Amino acid sequence: MRLSPDQLIFWQHGLFKLNGTIMFTWALMIVLVAGAMLITRQLSTELKRSRWQNLLEIVVTGIGKQIEDVGLKNPEKYIGFLGTLFLFVALSALCTIIPGYEPPTGSLSTTAALSLCVFLAVPLFGIEEQGLWSYLKSYAEPTIIMLPFNIISEVSRTLALAVRLFGNMMSGVMIIGILLTITPFIFPIVMTVLGLLTGLVQAYIFSILAAVYIAAATRTGKPKPLPAPKS
Amino acid sequence: MDSMTIIAIASIVTAGLTIAMGSIGPALGEGRAVATALSSLAQQPDASATITRTLFVGLAMIESIAIYCFVVSMILIFANPFWNHVIAGAASAAGK
Repeated sequence: MRLSPDQLIFWQHGLFKLNGTIMFTWALMIVLVAGAMLITRQLSTELKRSRWQNLLEIVVTGIGKQIEDVGLKNPEKYIGFLGTLFLFVALSALCTIIPGYEPPTGSLSTTAALSLCVFLAVPLFGIEEQGLWSYLKSYAEPTIIMLPFNIISEVSRTLALAVRLFGNMMSGVMIIGILLTITPFIFPIVMTVLGLLTGLVQAYIFSILAAVYIAAATRTGKPKPLPAPKS
Repeated sequence: MDSMTIIAIASIVTAGLTIAMGSIGPALGEGRAVATALSSLAQQPDASATITRTLFVGLAMIESIAIYCFVVSMILIFANPFWNHVIAGAASAAGK
């Protein structure tokens, strides 16, 4: 039984393999990029706009509001990264409706790559916001004894992000596969709906956790002193 | 019993026990989390957006423990390295 789309090989030449994960990821990328390019070709700022532009605006302002709720002051800086994470994982879960499609996030390689992106982005945003020395000092908070534990917690929450997403998507696909051999009529459809729900929740969780980690890294240590009141 | 049988028995029993015992803890934890979230929603309904979002994040963290146990169980059943090694040894011994 196939554990992930990694084992579905389309083309092989020596060491290089085109497997199902790569092909499905490329398909998702084409859909997202081409769709966005087509919709934003003629943006209008008046009240009358196309329904696709309206849809994109709802999505973008919704994500921006969520990022702001988490505690990041200027969502424009982070909405590119976090919004892409959310849209990629959500679209990869939604497309399970299409027959013959397997979500690329059901392979540990894709989820490990996404969580490595978060692992690299958190210090980058933190250093951009706080400066290098101030960010490195935050690892020694509250005392210097906590330094190894803070580093270990960074690594382990990255690992947890990858395994959480992989486990959820892989289990959904596998349950449907097993059920198809046992009760092939109605029950697999119910499980597909459940898989859609958990896929969307996991997309939300992934991006919200990335936002929370970035917010923790960019939170400046001391609150800025209030300006003196004018008497 | 030869080593093939021992490996098979150990893998099957461990896979079942892993997922059985690994679902108890997260289930209890999630039940408590949702109960507390519901009571705080009843006390402060206008904070419902924050409470709901924090509840989902907390549930995902708790759920990931169950997911770890599930992944270990799946590996034991479908991608078991010890079983593959023993099967490869038996196949090459039978092929000779």
